[in-house]
Amino acid sequence: MESKKTILVCCGTGCLANGSQKIYDAFKEQLKALELDVELIPDVKGTGCHGLCQKGPLVHILPQQITYVHVKDSDVPEIIAKSITNNEVIDRLLYFDAQQKAKVQSKEDWTFDKKQMRLALRNVGHIDNESIDDYIERDGYKAIAKVLKNMKPQEVIDEMKHSKLRGRGGGGFLTGLKWSFAAKAEGSPKYVICNADEGDPGAFMDRSVLEGDPHTVLEGMAICAYAIGANRGFLYVRDEYGLAVKNMKKAIEAAKKRGFLGENILGTEFSFDAEIVRGGGAFVCGEETALIASIEGKTGEPVQKPPFPADKGLWGKPTIINNVETWSNVPLIINKGADWFRSIGTENSPGTKVFALVGKIANTGLVEVPMGITLRELIFDIGGGIPGGRKFKAVQTGGPSGGCIPESKLDLPVDFDSLTAEGSMMGSGGLVVMDDRTCMVEVARFYMQFLYGESCGKCAPCREGIKRMLEILGDICEGRGQEGDIDLLLEMGEAIQESSLCALGKTAANPVISNIENFREEFEEHIKNKRCPAGVCKDLTEFYVDAEACKGCTLCAKRCPVGAISGEKKQLHVIDSEKCTKCGICIDSCKFNAIKVK
Amino acid sequence: MDLSQVKQETLAIASSYKPERRFILAILQDVQRKYNYLPKESLVIVAEYVGVELTKVYSVATFYKALSLKPKGENIIKVCDGTACHVKGSMNLIQEVKDILGIEPGETSEDGKFSLETVGCVGACGLAPVVVINDEYHGNLTPASLREIINRYRGGENHGK
Repeated sequence: MESKKTILVCCGTGCLANGSQKIYDAFKEQLKALELDVELIPDVKGTGCHGLCQKGPLVHILPQQITYVHVKDSDVPEIIAKSITNNEVIDRLLYFDAQQKAKVQSKEDWTFDKKQMRLALRNVGHIDNESIDDYIERDGYKAIAKVLKNMKPQEVIDEMKHSKLRGRGGGGFLTGLKWSFAAKAEGSPKYVICNADEGDPGAFMDRSVLEGDPHTVLEGMAICAYAIGANRGFLYVRDEYGLAVKNMKKAIEAAKKRGFLGENILGTEFSFDAEIVRGGGAFVCGEETALIASIEGKTGEPVQKPPFPADKGLWGKPTIINNVETWSNVPLIINKGADWFRSIGTENSPGTKVFALVGKIANTGLVEVPMGITLRELIFDIGGGIPGGRKFKAVQTGGPSGGCIPESKLDLPVDFDSLTAEGSMMGSGGLVVMDDRTCMVEVARFYMQFLYGESCGKCAPCREGIKRMLEILGDICEGRGQEGDIDLLLEMGEAIQESSLCALGKTAANPVISNIENFREEFEEHIKNKRCPAGVCKDLTEFYVDAEACKGCTLCAKRCPVGAISGEKKQLHVIDSEKCTKCGICIDSCKFNAIKVK
Repeated sequence: MDLSQVKQETLAIASSYKPERRFILAILQDVQRKYNYLPKESLVIVAEYVGVELTKVYSVATFYKALSLKPKGENIIKVCDGTACHVKGSMNLIQEVKDILGIEPGETSEDGKFSLETVGCVGACGLAPVVVINDEYHGNLTPASLREIINRYRGGENHGK
């Protein structure tokens, strides 16, 4: 054989759900039987896989750079026979790139990948997540070595300040500045925390890094610990992220064995140890003071700031708390320099951002792009636009603290300040795309429902205010909306913003306020005409079949779960509105757009 | 359940951690994993072990979503109702489970076989809408395909256990 081949099988949560473990096992077993010289690596990339988890399970073969999508374990013998033992490419397993209108051999050439720039995700999908050697091979633990040998703590902080890296968890606070506060703060010992309590619905970039490149997070934390004079770190990881917890545990053990964690790291005076704390499934624990309370063994309730954690954090001591994606940028900045980092992205938001492209979008998955890219490029060039011939309506950024951005603002550059100016926010990077089948009133209700469940209950404006807003929105969705409800929602929203204790409450009304600002007519239609134009609110919806568009293909009648649609082949179909449960499956399945909302 | 056995087993779980307040959550998570809920006796043992009042343990036990004071079903159906799943029709999936099992989110079926929960986001948005049953992910679901899956579990198939 001419060269050693590597098969990367994506074993992230997304691909695992589609059966990639079986594929991995099948490769291992069958290659063993063949006695081929192949290094088999389980490529763990979480739900992000190679970004395009929707096409998973993905198998990537090196060095030929062949990417196969939707692989089944039954495909394994053919892949081995054709692509591993010979250099043949199996056409039917290649990805069809809708924008290029052609099948493409390697993921590197997918339109999906071309505008991306992978910094935080640089190793995810390229390394065996359980192998510290793979990480080291790709410059892993080089930054901590550089820092310990050649840089004073103050120099590390200066470099981080100069990089203008901003916190990727959502707030966008300058990382270097935060570190300088903790370095100066009185009190000992000091602590370093990784906030991996990724709770924003619609975001899973942290999970992907934790699963696919755990060492980079540990290295980033160790660098900070050296800079501020800390010796202990905690990683607060969602317990639901089973694979992330498992991989991180292994990474900590491996790093300790090799002397990158523990006493006298790399033979220096510096010691740093890290441990995992499993989160209890409370969204509010993403708020730093609540997270700290949770690590201390208390209920995760936020406290008033200031004092900020950099002054008084865990057990009252100076504490730096950064998000997973922020940590993963740190070693890169140390290795390549702050000037290099600032050459990427925009002046005030340098670097890249990882986004989860989800919802009504053709290519769902994880993408990483330079800051300053427009929403239009993200959604239409990388994301491939809206599937099923439907129309773009809005994109939601910033999770339950953010807002919906309408089509007229799609050319907005994506950076911390532009999104905030539009009444949304960067948040942790979830981009939920919505089409004309999404009801903006119902989306506002959905976020209030979520926050109602997650409000810790400590302060009254958040606890009671969200509940009242939810009731009003529920009324509107169920046909009990009244004149004046919209103004009342706006007034309450402002009051909650002004008087809540922590960021959860302060930003809770954002989804409602921004939806009203951008889609006020949809709210009015619900209230005045008792009609849901998107056909989502069941009490305000009636479907009918458009006689001119219906071809009598019978698909809707077959798919209807309650048998409410009748009609002969090639004849007009009719919906029995008594039986209809308004689930909308007929609309989504009709290829002729013949099912309409009355 | 045998009380002295619960006490012994809880103590065994607790002993794998140092007797410090900061480990309350971790110990309770492990107890929850063992019994599918937190028996009252376990809370008492944990409070004694870490040396805090029972109320402190109780407040942690009732604050976090992952913990439950009521016994949960043999199979736990978590319907993801994160934003991505929501806009892709997770409410139809919740309705389907309600129809099949006759239980609301947060409830357990009378035969003790199933619990229904809605969860914020399971981080598998690429597969939306998603349902997690006993830590096994099922993606791109329709009410019809979910019904099939639940019927498989009803037939005695018990994944992840």
